[in-house]
Amino acid sequence: MNPETEPLLELQGVRKIFPKAAGELVVLDDISLTVRSGEIVGLLGRSGSGKSTLLRGIAGLMPLTAGRILYRGSAISGPTPGIAMVFQSFALFPWLTVLGNVELGLHALGVPAQEASRRALAAIDLIGLDGFETAYPRELSGGMRQRVGFARALVVEPTLLLMDEPFSALDVLTAETLRTDFLDLWLEGQMPIRGVLMVTHNIEEAVFMCDRVVVLAANPGRVQAEIPIPLPHPRDRLAPAFRQIVEDIYALLTARAPLTTRAFGPPIAQHLRQVSTNVLAGLLETVAAAPYGGRADLPEVAEDVQLEADELLPAAEALQMLGLAEVAAGDIVLTPAGRDYAEADTQARKRIFSEHLLACVPLVAHIRGVLATRPSQEAPRVRFEAELEDHLSEDYARETLNAAIEWGRYAELFAYDDQSGRFSLEDVTA
Amino acid sequence: MRRTNRRFPPLPVWLGRPNRWDLVAGALVFGALAAIIVVARDMRMPLEMLDTTPIVLDPAALPGYAARTTLRMFAALALSLGFTFGVATLAAKNRRAEKILLPLLDILQSVPVLGYLSFTVLLFLSLFPGSVLGAELAAIFAIFTSQVWNMIFSLYQSLRTVPHDMEEAATAFHLTAWQRFWRLEVPFAVPGLVWNMMMSMSGGWFFVVAAEAIAVGTHTIDLPGIGSYVALAIAERDLGAVGAALLAMLIVIGLYDQLMFRPLVAWSDKFRLGETAAVETPRSWLLTLLRRTHLVRSAGVPLRRHAHAIAMWRPTWRPPAVPLSRATRTRIADALYYGTLAALALTGAGLAVSLIAGIGIAEILHVLRLGFFTLLRVALLMAIALAVWVPLGVLIGLRPRLAERLQPVAQFLAAFPANLLFPLAVVGIVHFRLDPDIWLSPLMLLGAQWYILFNVIAGASTVPNDLVEAARSFHVRGWLWWRKVMLPAVFPYAVTGALTAWGGAWNASIVAEAVRWGDTHLVAQGLGAYITLHTEAGDHARIALGVIVMCLFVVILNRLLWRPLYDAAARRFQVR
Repeated sequence: MNPETEPLLELQGVRKIFPKAAGELVVLDDISLTVRSGEIVGLLGRSGSGKSTLLRGIAGLMPLTAGRILYRGSAISGPTPGIAMVFQSFALFPWLTVLGNVELGLHALGVPAQEASRRALAAIDLIGLDGFETAYPRELSGGMRQRVGFARALVVEPTLLLMDEPFSALDVLTAETLRTDFLDLWLEGQMPIRGVLMVTHNIEEAVFMCDRVVVLAANPGRVQAEIPIPLPHPRDRLAPAFRQIVEDIYALLTARAPLTTRAFGPPIAQHLRQVSTNVLAGLLETVAAAPYGGRADLPEVAEDVQLEADELLPAAEALQMLGLAEVAAGDIVLTPAGRDYAEADTQARKRIFSEHLLACVPLVAHIRGVLATRPSQEAPRVRFEAELEDHLSEDYARETLNAAIEWGRYAELFAYDDQSGRFSLEDVTA
Repeated sequence: MRRTNRRFPPLPVWLGRPNRWDLVAGALVFGALAAIIVVARDMRMPLEMLDTTPIVLDPAALPGYAARTTLRMFAALALSLGFTFGVATLAAKNRRAEKILLPLLDILQSVPVLGYLSFTVLLFLSLFPGSVLGAELAAIFAIFTSQVWNMIFSLYQSLRTVPHDMEEAATAFHLTAWQRFWRLEVPFAVPGLVWNMMMSMSGGWFFVVAAEAIAVGTHTIDLPGIGSYVALAIAERDLGAVGAALLAMLIVIGLYDQLMFRPLVAWSDKFRLGETAAVETPRSWLLTLLRRTHLVRSAGVPLRRHAHAIAMWRPTWRPPAVPLSRATRTRIADALYYGTLAALALTGAGLAVSLIAGIGIAEILHVLRLGFFTLLRVALLMAIALAVWVPLGVLIGLRPRLAERLQPVAQFLAAFPANLLFPLAVVGIVHFRLDPDIWLSPLMLLGAQWYILFNVIAGASTVPNDLVEAARSFHVRGWLWWRKVMLPAVFPYAVTGALTAWGGAWNASIVAEAVRWGDTHLVAQGLGAYITLHTEAGDHARIALGVIVMCLFVVILNRLLWRPLYDAAARRFQVR
């Protein structure tokens, strides 16, 4: 590995703010971090922590509101030669062959055709794609496609490689193969890159690959902790030291005790993740049952129910918000109401859920209140959406309202007609 | 071979919510139309030049006529393509242009081309006095105005819906705006554009036939071509010649389908987005042949290299910076732009009003009434056509082998210029002494109905087999099966087909409501007949009135009827 530790990338006080009708929506708040030569740095955080926004800001795909980004000591804005990116969705051009996709970045830089083709073939070779040069992306499996994504990034000989959840669209086995292949090339120094910044939501993946993990807290996104991972490669996922770091990160991600309190906006504008009531019920049942008996270690549950951290955490948070469970230090503990729910039958479950929903989610109580005061007992969706959009981004407002709809329907607190986009108390009170 | 779009057709951009831009656009369009009339009516052009080489009904002359007609079609298509790239790109890339272009294009596509033919002919003749070029250009322009709109909307929609991650990849890998356009945006737009070129080509035949023989006042301009040949055959009551023309058309349509569109469709398949290879890849023997031929391939290499070099061209200089701040510049440009637009719209509205000012309120009300007659005809015919073709289309679409064989037939029928068959209708109506008000009506949908059929076939053949089997296993049969399973499943496709047919029917009303066979004239009460009769009489103000009223009918109903239908289709009936 590279002995010198020159800083490749430095972020200084980076902020990203979206202006909203009722003020500002702060997505990234005062982020400072450094990627040094010879490092793989992981960016880890729950959704809403703005990790993808941050990566896009560094890649020059999205302007940031304040702060400086230094690449090898000089400030950058916009796409920078020397920085290349690997996309979660591969983002290959389906009308270009593997070779064409890899050559594209070189052609864009004005590299002569012959040299471009020589370098592209070398990169294709390196990444294990030889034989596929003339194939079109749709002929390839997901793993092969992402290899093209890697080859395309490497061929422009970047110094810093940005990766946006590069393995999350792949099945478990393929993802693991690509990870180890990438690590082999990295450790053997076969690639031109000297530093990697990788966004991931997979805690194990971060611990498996990174030299350092930066944990972002959500709403607004800010650096919560930096965790060095001094384990030697190849790393053993079952080793106690490895497990300990995974546990620590889980604890960190669940540490902020009232996970749902918000610095911004009134209570009804609190962002809700759309978690299916089936997932909530399933999680309650799992934690209530043996071997957990009402208290469980989140990483263990995650493995047990085959969910990744970013899928499990929103569910755990939702339960906490509803007062059905407590989440702290990487553990989930059911409240008495949560235990009751797990043991109840369908109708009783709905009753418990509806009581807690009304008491704990101001938006649902608000919708109920508005419907009850109207003579028609009806209200259009846009009315609430507009209220939320004063404080939340459009996507978040939509997701929040959709979550309220799904939970409210399950709890039979109100009805919603998607055709007309109207809420009503009809069928519910009858 | 299935050449239809397998995705659910997206909401046409021009069906957007109406707003004040529609008013501006309406004023601009009608103003421009009025301006053409004002310029053209003072022209007194000697039109004898075409009389020196009269059309002959000798079948041996047909291949030559067919070739000239086809040339006109392709000239118009090339013109449309160039115009499409300019206008759609402008609309997609420029915020200011977009605001006015979308409503403008919407209204323009509703202008009945045929009603306007006599003016455009005069205008082009005056531009090229003493030359056939003017008449040729007028015919090409007529075809162009029937072809270009859906191509523009297709390209615009594609340019606006390029997948975000691919845009990001293009930026991250330093593609310039020019490179991104040719390497990402245009390839992404190709499948939609090719499909719309096919539709346009089909629609164009109808107009080329009408545009080749145009009566301007007392003169008739006959451009050598199939359309003029048929017009002469009709005037001389020569059924054999009409038959020969039909045969020539069949051959021409078959040829360009095999030699041009099939290879294009097969080629454009590689630009299709999508995770997996299609179940059925469109194939073309010609493309396969070309791809396998070394000689052609190697001849293509330098061509491809040049295309590549153009697409990847990088500018070596940057425009100098303007010393004003961005916000100030925007404000100044906004003021200039919107000021000019407002002035143009006011002038246009004034011009249009002054042109029809001499016509009394009573006549305007009468024209509106005629509009309702035509609307009634179109609506009734659409209902009948839907009642017939939707069930048939479903039954055909559910049988893959049958669908494969009948789909091209339906597409062919849609391309066939139905106005060639009008004389036969006249013979029938006269012979059985039928009421022209009723029996001329079917002519309006004669050509357009096939759009419904082939869209429904395409829709039914993409219904997931699981759905069909689930219905069968739950014993869903009879009327319940239609109501709950098949009709909802093909609804979006039926709406797409019906919308195309709808536009076609209005345009066709101009030739379908007033038809002749030799000296026999049959006229129905309707807006189309009103426009036709006043065209023959050369009454400019009344033509303008008729055209404007027809535009209004189409535009308003597009917004009030088709937009909600599309919304409903997108929300409820999309099979995922």
